[in-house]
Amino acid sequence: MNVIAAVPHDREMRELESVVVRFAGDSGDGMQLTGSQFTVATALEGSDLATFPDFPAEIRAPVGTTYGVSAFQINFGSSRVLTAGDAPDVLVAMNPAALKVNIGDLRAGGLLVVDTGSFNERNFQKAGYEANPLTDNSLAAYQVLSIDMSAMTLEAVKSFELSQKEALRCKNMWTLGLTLWMFGRPRQPIVEWLKAKFAKRPDIAEANIAALNAGHAYGETAELSGQVKRYAIGKASLEPGLYRTVTGGQALAWGLVAASELAKLPIFFGSYPITPASPVLHHLASMKEFGVMTFQAEDEIAAICSAIGASYAGALGVTSSSGPGIALKGEAIGLAIATELPLVILNTQRAGPSTGLPTKTEQSDLYQAVYGRNGDAPMPVLAAATPADCFNMAIEAARLAVKYMTPVMLLSDGYIANAAEPWKLPDLKSLKPFPVTFRTEKEGFHPFLRDPKTLARVWAVPGTPGLQHRIGGIERNYDSGHISYDAANHQRMTETRRNKVLGIANDIPLQTTESGNSSGKLAVVGWGSTYGAIEQAVRRARKDGLDVSHIHLRYIWPLPRNLGELLRGFEKVIVPEMNTGQLLTVLRSEYLVPAQGLNKISGQPFKIADILAAIHQTLGA
Amino acid sequence: MNEPLPKLLPKDFATDQEVRWCPGCGDYAILRGVQKALADIGARPETTVFISGIGCSSRFPYYMATYGFHTIHGRAPSFATGIKLVNPKLDVWIVTGDGDGLSIGGNHLLHVLRRNVDVQILLFNNEIYGLTKGQYSPTSKIGTRSPSTPMGSVDAPLSPCSFALGAGARFIARSIDTAQKQLPDLLARAHAHKGASFVEIYQNCIVYNDGVFEAFTDKALAADSQIWVEHGKPMLYGKDGKKGLRLKPGTLELEVVAVGENGVSPSDILVHDETNKTLAHLLINLERPKFPAVLGVIYCNPAAEYEEAVEAQMEAARTAKSGASLEKVLKSGRTWVVE
Repeated sequence: MNVIAAVPHDREMRELESVVVRFAGDSGDGMQLTGSQFTVATALEGSDLATFPDFPAEIRAPVGTTYGVSAFQINFGSSRVLTAGDAPDVLVAMNPAALKVNIGDLRAGGLLVVDTGSFNERNFQKAGYEANPLTDNSLAAYQVLSIDMSAMTLEAVKSFELSQKEALRCKNMWTLGLTLWMFGRPRQPIVEWLKAKFAKRPDIAEANIAALNAGHAYGETAELSGQVKRYAIGKASLEPGLYRTVTGGQALAWGLVAASELAKLPIFFGSYPITPASPVLHHLASMKEFGVMTFQAEDEIAAICSAIGASYAGALGVTSSSGPGIALKGEAIGLAIATELPLVILNTQRAGPSTGLPTKTEQSDLYQAVYGRNGDAPMPVLAAATPADCFNMAIEAARLAVKYMTPVMLLSDGYIANAAEPWKLPDLKSLKPFPVTFRTEKEGFHPFLRDPKTLARVWAVPGTPGLQHRIGGIERNYDSGHISYDAANHQRMTETRRNKVLGIANDIPLQTTESGNSSGKLAVVGWGSTYGAIEQAVRRARKDGLDVSHIHLRYIWPLPRNLGELLRGFEKVIVPEMNTGQLLTVLRSEYLVPAQGLNKISGQPFKIADILAAIHQTLGA
Repeated sequence: MNEPLPKLLPKDFATDQEVRWCPGCGDYAILRGVQKALADIGARPETTVFISGIGCSSRFPYYMATYGFHTIHGRAPSFATGIKLVNPKLDVWIVTGDGDGLSIGGNHLLHVLRRNVDVQILLFNNEIYGLTKGQYSPTSKIGTRSPSTPMGSVDAPLSPCSFALGAGARFIARSIDTAQKQLPDLLARAHAHKGASFVEIYQNCIVYNDGVFEAFTDKALAADSQIWVEHGKPMLYGKDGKKGLRLKPGTLELEVVAVGENGVSPSDILVHDETNKTLAHLLINLERPKFPAVLGVIYCNPAAEYEEAVEAQMEAARTAKSGASLEKVLKSGRTWVVE
């Protein structure tokens, strides 16, 4: 992936397989917008891509500080792209702090683009630089392109007579224009987007467009003095179809709406805002026309309790949060398990414990999801692998919830929630409906009558004549549903709840490998957002002739019924996780396999290289 | 034409479950009062739902032949909100206590009142924790000795009705467990009110706080220590009906006066206006025994209910975006074709 070389400027574009670009600036510099618009332009050109927004928890951290740095990374290419890339080939740093925080990741020989307009004494101090890093030879390993983007932007938008502040806000569009030129991406989609976004302020729209064009023109008119070449990234050979980009937050929301149509039940979404789970609430709040009712509750507990109330009343109750909020919901989840009501619980995980790192990703709620309640409280747990996968997994969570009358937790994480990937739009007509039937028959009714096969209890909703009944958290008699303190009955009910959930293993797909054979020397077992890094690493290792397979779990509890057998077919098993070994513990305790962990708890996703190195080490290759 | 539904009797709202409150508990009387109220108002068991949290009072749903959900501690208002939003036609009653509703569940009680969800909230106030064996509660008087406060409690008690008024409740009433004559009518009023109605019921805990309300509930003392307020009527009470409340001249406070004494004429007695929030505030905060216990509908001033406003937005979205489909949403924004 040699991208940038100091060759004389020419008009030819060099073909590349893939490239990683990171935009970094102050959290007020609009880097997330720059990145997401670059993503759109890239996707429209037919590249495969993956993105990774990485932003601080502070909405507007003090300007110029390292903790206020916001970054957006995109990996795009003509071959399959599954991660946001290990190391950037191009780093755009809008100020010294952004340089300081990100330069360590830029690969040697990579291109560094800086806005010299913000490289001044005051900003050096804020970033912790003693001297100007552009002149002290500390960047000798990189190609450095120093441009006073601030001044260029002010010049480009001068005629619009904006305030200095408003004019400088166009700087990110200047940067975007230059980057679009660099990679031969079209400007038109951005122009359209700007016009729509600033429909009420056409002067702002036009100023931004002028900045965009000026950045592009700057590259084109050879003012770059031959330092930078342009690079062409070909179209990826994706499966034919209609595509869009999608984030995990969007896909969860749309998956729930699809599930609502398949189940023929309205969605009631009770939620309390929390990073990084809130986007699902925002998306669903604007989908009322689909019968989706969103309720911003007073707290996490009220959010889940209202959703359970909604399920009791005959809707599909859904609640959504991140780890700390899920902790608060624990008691209510127990009630949903005890009263056997359907409920979908979305957990967009973040780094913990406690408040932890709210905007950084982690997979450390697996124990909480599988085991984290008082009493014997079994609950199905699913995990989405990618942003687009959230769509299918949301439907699956809803299907299991209503079919088995149980809460189901679906795990996502901060990376999946905010990252975007191209998504081949599903054929909605091909999705299998799972319409719900409420109990209406009075004869022989009691609320804990069970389906002998699934062990699911009947769902009888208030308003149904003749089926009046009482349910609650006190143990219920197996044969009548009335409260019961009987010891033998409690044993029977506890076993029934466990068997109901374990029985779901017969209703989910058998586990297969993503890559590689179903037995051999080494299996790399993952779950959740490590999917891309593991898959890429395993593919590369296999190209190198190593006997390694990738097993990716979407069903965490119950586990697929053939998983034990599958794992025992491998001499060695490693489990990369963004925690200290939670799935690892589950696999070892369930199957007594000598699996080993590969653990990263830095708030950052795995790099392909991390996993590739572990594969080599494990195989002694 | 549909057959008229048969008239139900109080006993038709009773379940076959053995009632397990302590013998002599005030809850029995409230249960009777509620069952009578439901019969009186022609409630239908299949559209009536009782929701409770945890505590002695929260066993209530098990004894009602309606739909019922005995949930978790303090959270009944949240469940009720979800239920009402999904099916506004249901008639939802929340049963809670001073611990469930004002300690662990204070937050949810606050919000269900402020949102004005159309539910009836019955708060059984016995000024003690019964189910956990007698600890003091947030409504216990200062100095209450209990297993957790052997030297007496030192924190100031909360007035449930004052809390409700502060939270924005539009219907506030107060009763006594044993007031079998008035309680069913009061509950009928609460039921008729659109929006959240809050009813505090002084309830005697015979085991852990027996007689705490005796000073005004005792039959011999009741007439001179209770005032049942009624909209549009002068606030008179007492054995001879001569005691009354009036605005103390030159102040913003109430005083007890006797008609015919010290030049007080009947026209000096304040007439109850249940729509007046300032008056409600004054009445709720009258302290016993200097003042009588104020009972009856203290405040009733309806406003738009929450679930109607939510449904109106749903309807507006359906109208504005008729013909919407998930497929169109997925294809909105930028898409491209891979061939």
